[in-house]
Amino acid sequence: MSLPTILFWILAVISILSAIGVVVAKNPVHSVLLLIVTFFTITGFYILLNAQFLAVVHIIVYAGAIMVLFLFVIMLMNLNASGEPQKNNLVKFAGVVAGGLLLIVLVAALKKADTGMLIQGSTNIGLIQNLGKVLFKDFVLPFEVSSILFLSAMIGAIVIGKKD
Amino acid sequence: MLLEISAFLVLEKLILVAIILGISLFIAMYSTYAERKLAAFIQDRRGPNRAGIFGILQPLADGGKLFFKEEIIPEYANKFLFILGPAIFMITACMTSAVIPWGSTLHIFGKDISLQVADVNIGILYIFGVVSLGVYGIMVGGWASNNKYSLLGTIRAASQIISYELAMGLSLIALLMITGSLSLKDIVEQQSHGVWYIVYQPIGFLIFLVCAFAECNRTPFDLAECDSELVMGFHTEYSSMKLGFYLFAEYINMFISSAVMVTLYFGGYNFPGMHSLHVSPNTLTILGVIAFFVKIFIFLFFFIWVRWTVPRFRYDQLMKLGWKMLIPLAILNLLITGALMLYLHH
Repeated sequence: MSLPTILFWILAVISILSAIGVVVAKNPVHSVLLLIVTFFTITGFYILLNAQFLAVVHIIVYAGAIMVLFLFVIMLMNLNASGEPQKNNLVKFAGVVAGGLLLIVLVAALKKADTGMLIQGSTNIGLIQNLGKVLFKDFVLPFEVSSILFLSAMIGAIVIGKKD
Repeated sequence: MLLEISAFLVLEKLILVAIILGISLFIAMYSTYAERKLAAFIQDRRGPNRAGIFGILQPLADGGKLFFKEEIIPEYANKFLFILGPAIFMITACMTSAVIPWGSTLHIFGKDISLQVADVNIGILYIFGVVSLGVYGIMVGGWASNNKYSLLGTIRAASQIISYELAMGLSLIALLMITGSLSLKDIVEQQSHGVWYIVYQPIGFLIFLVCAFAECNRTPFDLAECDSELVMGFHTEYSSMKLGFYLFAEYINMFISSAVMVTLYFGGYNFPGMHSLHVSPNTLTILGVIAFFVKIFIFLFFFIWVRWTVPRFRYDQLMKLGWKMLIPLAILNLLITGALMLYLHH
């Protein structure tokens, strides 16, 4: 096995174990910390694919900003295992079905995906110049529309927050 | 090809990492001494003068004291996270130095050795990524202490760091539009022949400087510690070397942020007249490293000077400055830079 393959398997094991840990952990703060570990392993995959920009943005946005806010809210609400409201079985069952359906859709979509581009090191699509050109030349309209979506979500959050 | 590494390269990089780590720890250690001496000078006192001549061994004495103090882990604290907090804070503080170009290349043993550990093409974003992780050291440690003052300090620190990261990033985008590269090595090399980027980006630099103070939790933005209101903020419950790590990592952060500011805005290891000197390339490199450190020391002095001159902000003033003044100013700077570049390009 080559070094990238070994690294891939180590990262894969850690990411799956920590992802299971997110769901299983009783303490919400532990869940969040395990989710951060999962994000780190995903960053590792990006680096193995030579996508340095994606890797570092993934760290800055997800691990550095979004998860800090998660942790923030959980700490402020002082959630713990005993105070957590127990949902009834019907809701839990619905959750399992919905999650399973999502899994089927994802597997079906990814099964036929073309992985030829992803042989380690042979792709430069994750480097910032290439990514910028693709985003602002080929996909400029979807990119701008999604940014407007984000902006409207932010304004919506402020409007809801200001109500009282 | 990715991940194809020779043993020599590994050895070279390991030695470089060890040297840089040693230097940053040493400088952080003596920044504490400089801080106490300068504070004493500004307040018309003598400062530490017992350990060694002029108290020069004071940092060693402080370190030894912290090592031998009794270590207390509160009974209701989360033990694992309580230990993890200072560890994360210290590790992230030490990691940032990897992408900073400390000098150009040295030619020894018939090989060119770059005085930069990793020249990744997203250098500056790497620093942002690592800095944004540093906040976990504060959050994890503060929460695990199970103390309301720690939690309040944690929340203050985290919201402060997130708020000022935004303005910092925006002020940096204007600079990156001029450089056209995210690699710190490229940015320094571009300043080698032209003027330093402080000339093009004075407002961007000011915003970056203010945000650097806030990110390092330095006065006037030391709301996270805020001794008079919150005991000691997020590290109230810490003792012994864990406390030492929290305090020490702040000095490392200060050193690294000085190095980043010098790299981005003050020409890094370049100095005026370096191209008209007729010396061997190796001598020039060493002179460059010395120039780099002189600039860093000036910034460190500035950090300390401000701490003993300016009083602390109130918390609402801090948030108002971050969100209502620095961010709009940074966006304005971005627009003006973009417009000027477009105008001059045509």
